[in-house]
Amino acid sequence: MHLAAHFPGVNNTTVWTGDPVGSQIDFASFEHLARTAERGRFDFFFLAEGLRLREHKGRIHDLDVMGRPEAITVLSALAAVTDRLGLAATVSATFNEPYELARRLSTLDHLSGGRAAWNVVTTSDAFTGENFRRGGFLDRADRYVRAAEFVATARALWDSWPADGTARPVAHQGPHFTVRGEFTLPRSPQGHPVIIQAGDSAEGRDFAAATADVIFTRHSTLAAGQEFYADVKGRLPAHGRDADSLKIMPGVTFVLGDTAADAQERAATIRREQVSPQNALVALEQVWGVDLSAYDPDGPLPDFDPVPDPELAQGRVRIGDPKAVADRWRALSEAKGLSIRETVIETTGRQSFVGTPAAVAEEMTAFVAARAADGFILVPHLTPGGLDDFVDRVVPLLQERGVLRTEYEGVTLRSHLGLPEPARPAGKG
Amino acid sequence: MSVSPCALRPLHLAFALDGPVRRARRGREAYDPEHYVRLARLAERGTLDFVTLGDSFARPGPDALAVLARVAPRTGRIGLVPAVTTTHTEPFHVSTAVNTLDWVSRGRAGWTVEVSRSRAEARLFGRRDAAPADALWREAGEVADVAARLWDSWEDDAEIRDAATGRFVDRDRLHYVDFRGTSFSVRGPSITPRPPQGRPVIVADATTRAAREVAAAHADVALVRAEDPATAGDARADLRERARALGRDPDRLRVLASLPVELYCSGDAVGLADLIGDWHADGACDGFHLRPADPQRDLARLVDGTVPVLQHRCLLRRFYPGATLREHLGLPRPANRYAAARKVSP
Repeated sequence: MHLAAHFPGVNNTTVWTGDPVGSQIDFASFEHLARTAERGRFDFFFLAEGLRLREHKGRIHDLDVMGRPEAITVLSALAAVTDRLGLAATVSATFNEPYELARRLSTLDHLSGGRAAWNVVTTSDAFTGENFRRGGFLDRADRYVRAAEFVATARALWDSWPADGTARPVAHQGPHFTVRGEFTLPRSPQGHPVIIQAGDSAEGRDFAAATADVIFTRHSTLAAGQEFYADVKGRLPAHGRDADSLKIMPGVTFVLGDTAADAQERAATIRREQVSPQNALVALEQVWGVDLSAYDPDGPLPDFDPVPDPELAQGRVRIGDPKAVADRWRALSEAKGLSIRETVIETTGRQSFVGTPAAVAEEMTAFVAARAADGFILVPHLTPGGLDDFVDRVVPLLQERGVLRTEYEGVTLRSHLGLPEPARPAGKG
Repeated sequence: MSVSPCALRPLHLAFALDGPVRRARRGREAYDPEHYVRLARLAERGTLDFVTLGDSFARPGPDALAVLARVAPRTGRIGLVPAVTTTHTEPFHVSTAVNTLDWVSRGRAGWTVEVSRSRAEARLFGRRDAAPADALWREAGEVADVAARLWDSWEDDAEIRDAATGRFVDRDRLHYVDFRGTSFSVRGPSITPRPPQGRPVIVADATTRAAREVAAAHADVALVRAEDPATAGDARADLRERARALGRDPDRLRVLASLPVELYCSGDAVGLADLIGDWHADGACDGFHLRPADPQRDLARLVDGTVPVLQHRCLLRRFYPGATLREHLGLPRPANRYAAARKVSP
């Protein structure tokens, strides 16, 4: 089983009130979580990215954690306080250039002795583009064309110092990039940084099947996970790849308790903290598309249909079909007698594994055995101690079951993931 | 005779971790983080203000900012000042990366503003042709300007964690920068909260005419390559005058003479102390940025030979008086421009 740690980030999963909650930005928080993950023999530590602060109703969305550092810089510093843990940075292929990013990632791989990974994301909106020279808008298909060309160009640069140790000039010409010249770094310790990809669309699945070493998904039920797993692994042969060459790792949350009832109770408490009264109304407004601030979060849902407004929420995933969502929410609310806040809690639940340490270890093991996942990216809800309990109480059980390593076998992230080092290009002659 | 005659004007010392290009960083050590950690810790033992690390997209070597981020947790006081070029980068990314270096070093970050002039660098990006120095430095000034605005775009107390209203931040203390430059625009605010120093220290090599105006307008530390104290003194006076004309307090600009050094023996190290003392007595500069022929050897000679002599002569501190690079340099933490504006206009 492969495990990774997600730093609690910018969304309403992260609980920031009460005690014990620490800084989202001080280096000590990153260090604590990374060291805990390494103590648990995790494969890697994962940082998300933000390129523009989210907005709601034309104003900065102020209800959730916001503010985060630049990922590669934090990971470079974490390389100094960890020895084996992989260090994964989410970086947009839309608002960067291949030469510069390939160089920064290769540097991270050198600085960490072969532990770097890049989570390739794409960005579609001109809203985010307002912070960049690149600016502008790319439609979905073009985003992936650019991303694929970006990764291919980066790999050509990483391969441009063959075994004889002499840089070869790269000459790439494509629809999105023209890159000519010598790369400034020799081949990095694990050959190439590991490529991670997130995204569940058909384009995203194909891109991952063609390109990625790890895919980060959101499928947290067994059946959905199995469907996704079979689909993505089934796409690999068309790209000349075998099933083990791409690891599927859903992002999951967890809540532990001394008994099942205790865990359920804690989960319910956490959900209420994640969905504050104010957050419940924001969730409602994102579906209905209009100002609902006069509504009582403890009262009933609106009785009119949504008025879709694509400008209402900027910088987050859009609701696909607002009318369908509204119908579903109203039906649920009526059937169970739920208030606005209770309905949002019920429908936006994201807790994947809730139970005693033994039950959680059992369920996680079953997921992997049933081919619903190769492992998990754990998303704690507290900074920076959100993994402490998991590592102290669940990790030993996974180790006892023999599904999780007790010591790192190798040094590089590729070795943790069981991925071969990319073939070295031939030297001169 | 007074017991504490120590210098009325503090002397600032900085050291370049990268040797000349001819030594080319082609060796393994250029990619070995422990090499940089050893040097930075040595500089810290000598209570130097900061170390610099150069960068370019077109010569062998790793990303300088990432290297110094890797050094940060292994050091405690030394200022860390990578070069970051502004010609082919996204200003928003430059701003957050330098900001983050300040977070991971707990207030010890600086940034040497550089431009990429060569066609070789332009071809690595394929977005724009090489341009004249004047245009590139004008743009570099704009990047420094927008970076500083982005650092200010979160007021220091923007994070409120107010459970009663459910607000993590006070959005009135976050600010769009709405910057429009000649070649880019940035809406803002930053995604990274204001760093420990408020603004990391901006360093610029002000030797060339094209760079000098940018240094006078935006730098906290200007480096001047000079072969004699008169030339350095003239450059310092010129920079201070330009800063004054731009409405800045010239006493908030440190001008360091940037000198090549090659210290073969302890005699050289003492000779350097004499030279530093003489230039400083002449008021030629506020301190020195030393560019070694061999970083390892020359830094060891500097710390073991030159620094004790300067300390004995009361020209150099014996311990760090503060924790941040701004404190080493005697520069105040900048007030936030948006907070000031908000308090003026109700």
